[in-house]
Amino acid sequence: MIQPLHNPPLLAVRDLCVEFATRRGPVTAVRAVSLQVAKGETLGVVGESGSGKSVTSYAVMRILDRAGRIVSGAIEFGGINLNGADEPTMSDLRGREISMIFQNPRAALNPIRPVGKQIEDVLIRHAQATHDQARAKAIAALEHVRIRHAAQRYHAYPFELSGGMCQRVVIAIALACRPQLLIADEPTTGLDVTTQRAVMELVRDLTRSDGMSTLLITHDLGLAGEYCDRIVVMEQGQVVEQQDTRALFTTPAHPYTQRLIRSTPHAARTIRDLLPEDLRLPQPPAASPAGTGTPLLEVRNLVKVFDPPGGLLQRLKSRGKSAAGTFRAVDGISFGITRGESVGLVGESGCGKSTTSAMIMRLLDATSGSILFKGQELTAVPAGEFARSPLRRELQMVFQDPHESLNPRATAAQAIADPLLRLDGMSGAAQIRARVERLAAQVGLPLDLLDRLPHQLSGGQKARVGIARAIATHPELLILDEPTAALDVSVQAVVLNLLSDLRAEFGMSYLFVSHDLEVVRLMCKRVIVMRAGRMVEEGLTEQVLSAPEADYTKELLAAIPRPAHLLHRVSHTKVARA
Amino acid sequence: MGPLTIVFARCLQAIPTVFGIVVVTFLLTRALPGDPAAYFAGASATAESIAEIRAKLGLDQSLPVQFWTYLKDLSSGDLGQSISTGQPVAAELLRRLPASLELTLTALLLSVAIAIPLGVLAAVRQDSWIDQLCRLVVTAGVSLPTFFTGLLLIYVLYFLLGLAPAPLGRLDLLHVTPPQVTGFLVLDALIAREWATAWSAARQLALPSITLALFTLAPLARMTRAAMLQALASEYLRTARAAGLSRGRVLMVYAFRNALLPIVTTLGMVFSFSLGANVLVEKVFAWPGIGSYALEALVVSDYAAVQGFVLSMAVLFVLVNLAIDIVYTLIDPRMRIEG
Repeated sequence: MIQPLHNPPLLAVRDLCVEFATRRGPVTAVRAVSLQVAKGETLGVVGESGSGKSVTSYAVMRILDRAGRIVSGAIEFGGINLNGADEPTMSDLRGREISMIFQNPRAALNPIRPVGKQIEDVLIRHAQATHDQARAKAIAALEHVRIRHAAQRYHAYPFELSGGMCQRVVIAIALACRPQLLIADEPTTGLDVTTQRAVMELVRDLTRSDGMSTLLITHDLGLAGEYCDRIVVMEQGQVVEQQDTRALFTTPAHPYTQRLIRSTPHAARTIRDLLPEDLRLPQPPAASPAGTGTPLLEVRNLVKVFDPPGGLLQRLKSRGKSAAGTFRAVDGISFGITRGESVGLVGESGCGKSTTSAMIMRLLDATSGSILFKGQELTAVPAGEFARSPLRRELQMVFQDPHESLNPRATAAQAIADPLLRLDGMSGAAQIRARVERLAAQVGLPLDLLDRLPHQLSGGQKARVGIARAIATHPELLILDEPTAALDVSVQAVVLNLLSDLRAEFGMSYLFVSHDLEVVRLMCKRVIVMRAGRMVEEGLTEQVLSAPEADYTKELLAAIPRPAHLLHRVSHTKVARA
Repeated sequence: MGPLTIVFARCLQAIPTVFGIVVVTFLLTRALPGDPAAYFAGASATAESIAEIRAKLGLDQSLPVQFWTYLKDLSSGDLGQSISTGQPVAAELLRRLPASLELTLTALLLSVAIAIPLGVLAAVRQDSWIDQLCRLVVTAGVSLPTFFTGLLLIYVLYFLLGLAPAPLGRLDLLHVTPPQVTGFLVLDALIAREWATAWSAARQLALPSITLALFTLAPLARMTRAAMLQALASEYLRTARAAGLSRGRVLMVYAFRNALLPIVTTLGMVFSFSLGANVLVEKVFAWPGIGSYALEALVVSDYAAVQGFVLSMAVLFVLVNLAIDIVYTLIDPRMRIEG
């Protein structure tokens, strides 16, 4: 462990205030934030969206966009006051002394420049290489971030690389000049857990071996807990608490920190544990005993093959050869869901879980196999005609992005009324309105929000609209495609509880598609683990997660950032309860 | 797949398009009202002479046979005879095409030279005076019709100030047309080392090309500004800034090269569009291009000439788009994965 207090801090931010000019006048995004990063230390800045954590880091780098302005405060880095520094000084420091890596690595790279060239640009800019050696040094930088066949990858464009690979390139750019401070802004959001683990370990190893300091900005308390020495918690532009990681998890002082820790699914035993105590309602009695055994959905040997990309020419060329170019997105999976049951479908991106749910929803035609829903063969109806099938109203879906999945020009009430009009054939404005209001009440959406457009609603409210729309026709099966992946943890806690209550109330069955094993643990009784289009493991959630059989499941479980302190807290509370 | 393969594949893809154009122009002229044989025969013709001409023109044959003859003529470069001038259409179009190309290309060079720096600066210094200037130029360029700007320029620069020569074609009467090499008078005169002729031709070219440039400048400047703004707000630009890259490199290599993609697309559209749309400019400045030729042919129902014009314009259009596609493929590596 490093003793930060004995060293002068590498970075010291004091009373930083940042304002953004908006049409409605200035908005303060960061108020009087003070934090310090010691040499060699890893500091986590944790907060939900809108907490000002990213803005703080942009202010340190002095790369706020045009509307943003540092109003007051001091930013000292290695004895230099960054707030007063001119642009040439800053641009010398950036990339050489302070570097940054970003969320969404593919977008963070220039799409039409080979990745090697992008590393060269930095090396040449900061006089780390001449034009003659730049290429060799860029390849060395790629090797440094553990990219195999670096000499070949040098010529690759970002679209030819996976997300994890792109993040390694971004890290290579950031570390090319061996800076003293690395700012990582949500570096693994949107990446799979195993990729997340690889990226985070890479960052940790490289910064440690060079004695670099790291500022890790994240919404994921678990991630910060595993990789940081100290954690700063931010809420609405202010620092509410900063402590050593261990102390933060064992004795969180601020109520917001306590709520945040509670909302993180790692520690919870039941779904109610995620909520603050004052919001915990008694579990409603189940309408029908869960999993009565009557099968609702039966999937048998489902296969989806996608044709190789490319036009007629490629297809003619590959004709006669084996189907090497075809991609088996779903490769023969079979499972069942009984009435009232909640089944989790987990796997990493590209494993075929979304394709599977799209086939069950009849948005995609299956290549072969059968889907029996209430004893009827769904694959008999082509995907294009399923919208007119009477079975359509029995199957509904809640989508991943609550914002993108709502029509931006339709109000919340119109969105909820849509399936009533189209599938139930309801008519009469007053009747529909009454039904919409009842649905809104069921999902906890305040009635005065019903006439708002999606952009006037918060993320959690939009999620409620999406859920109300899905349950409007009283479906028997609800497919939830990562329903909380885009939400903050505290909102996720509320939405998960809502979903769980609705299922008990209406006796619906859920197919819960997720990459987050911790959420699945709380939501589902049974779980299916998929990889590369195949089922790797299936069983009771508790069993699969505590004693996994497949190596892949073990790998997935090991990759989840789970700080020891957090687990300690759980056992601690268990003891306390006992 | 290498870039060369893609260029070749794109060229192959243009063939069906060209064939489609040939079919459409053929059917279109057959669908037009009126009997070409009657036109050819003249007002005092008898039924026999009309029938004779019809047989001579092959119009008494069935459509497929006529199409086959048309294809055979086309392959030997024969676009038919113009009724009004009695000349082969192909020869006349070829003679006039360089004039139109010279005008369009000069105008386009001019507008690219102004519009792109203007758009880039307007985006980089948003809301500054240069951004306002860009807005003004774009609005003016879109709202003023070419014949109006043309006449205005003639009135001010020729009639009032006497700076420009009389708007009477490509060369004044004092100079002799230089021997043809490129077909572009200014270049030909320079090649022949006739400096005075080159200067005179350039002066003649100035006003019409400025007129056309003012018109094509607007979409280009607007697209440049928008594309630059988008590139400047992108995440990869933030990475480049966070890596401390110099402002020039960030703007040119990271922002501008990415902004170039929509600009090139717009450029292609503007070019194809102005080739046909300069009819009015050619008319105002008595420019002997294919636009004014087509206009005259249309007025006297000279079908062979109109058909030849439509066909050559369409082929030019395809060629320009092909060139844009190829340039696009070379700039953007992502285009290379598609077949």
